[in-house]
Amino acid sequence: MARKAQDYDDIPGTFVFDAERSREGYGINMFCMSLMKDDNRKAFKANEAEYLKKFPLTPAQADAILKRDYNRMLELGGNIYFTAKLGATDGHSFRHLAAVMTGSTQDDYAKMMLDGGRSVEGNRSKSGKAARSTLVAGGKTSHPKTSKAKSKARSKRG
Amino acid sequence: MARIVAGVASSHVPAIGAAIDNKQTEEPYWKRVFSGFEKSKEWMKEAKPDVAIIVYNDHASAFSVEIVPTFALGCAAEFPPADEGWGPRPVPTVQGHPELASHIAQSVILDEFDLTICNKMEVDHGLTVPMNLLFGSPEEWPCPVIPLAVNVVLYPPPTGHRCYMLGKAIRKAVESYPEDLKVVIFGTGGMSHQISGPRAGLINSKFDKAFLDNLSKDPKKLTRIPHLEFMREAGAEGIEMVMWLIMRGALDDKVDEVYRFYTVPASNTAVGHIILENRRKAAGKRPAAGKLAGKTKRAAARKTIDIRRGGR
Repeated sequence: MARKAQDYDDIPGTFVFDAERSREGYGINMFCMSLMKDDNRKAFKANEAEYLKKFPLTPAQADAILKRDYNRMLELGGNIYFTAKLGATDGHSFRHLAAVMTGSTQDDYAKMMLDGGRSVEGNRSKSGKAARSTLVAGGKTSHPKTSKAKSKARSKRG
Repeated sequence: MARIVAGVASSHVPAIGAAIDNKQTEEPYWKRVFSGFEKSKEWMKEAKPDVAIIVYNDHASAFSVEIVPTFALGCAAEFPPADEGWGPRPVPTVQGHPELASHIAQSVILDEFDLTICNKMEVDHGLTVPMNLLFGSPEEWPCPVIPLAVNVVLYPPPTGHRCYMLGKAIRKAVESYPEDLKVVIFGTGGMSHQISGPRAGLINSKFDKAFLDNLSKDPKKLTRIPHLEFMREAGAEGIEMVMWLIMRGALDDKVDEVYRFYTVPASNTAVGHIILENRRKAAGKRPAAGKLAGKTKRAAARKTIDIRRGGR
């Protein structure tokens, strides 16, 4: 069954860890969780493919883990706080993994962060239809109807 | 009666904890971050809370994907630091306040916030990094802590509005606790950051600054931000900022902003920090008339109902 379309699919370069991904990726995340224990880290390192057989993984998921394809792991239901445990098993920090997922070198990524990070301009929306934030001056609400209706309902409740 | 005197918000970047643990706080990169908390530590020494309620999120430490509670309140006597994959952080065990915690649980559940109660729970950097930033690195933590873990890992987290209203329910609970206790509440996580996927490294300082401004002056505006907007503007993991709204909901509508700090980056994250004080500071003082007095009456009426419920 194809993945159900969600409003946040419009955010570029982002795999939101939602209920559907959580269900699909249960095996990936439980595998990563097992790496909290030193004995398991050793067993995994000794024979990675064999160790993975203990978890309910699709061939695509096992392949992504063995290839350390972090973006693919997220797409197939992994969550970053879990996959980071695989990174830690390999001796890598969150920042290292972030650089890998963005396809940049460690130095380029570190420099981008020191220069203030990746700008949101040009990175808000795939469709280009997203409005600016309501919070920032000049921005229009991205959900005019919903937020007005909700705000009305809330002020009644509050 | 117990009362909430102030709210503190702070990022809880794990790399900040690692910098403390590896004694790198004097390196220029980290000094820029830590220097922003020097005044806050002084403020905290003055404030000298009897209890701190710390709103944070667990990062696959105490909770895996097996159990994902939306709001989990720590009611245990102590909370050991979790092993996050490279051994537990070398910080003291966090002492709880089971009496106040279970009082809060009972009160807010009857107020229709269906908390999960944790009588055994390990705590990770999400809780201990802000403690280091505000309390330093003492042999023992200076006060008991009530951890409130919020799910912001599995989408969807609770809405900002729900968080804000939970803060109000927590305040009511604290104020109905008979012992005179000075309570400070922390909101942690944020600010803008994305650590996953090809868009990792996203920072939005304009959004963060506007969030801080509104947190002080117009928090209700923040309760209307949809999740989509948090993720789009502040990064997939920037949605953690909903936790700050629990802290803000627990404070007076009008507060004094006594301190603010913001810097980019710490690792992948924009570090934001703010201290807000309630104006009604004196112990036991209650406004003589007006809105709050009405609220007190309603709370008293509610209490009668609660007793009836409890004693059926």
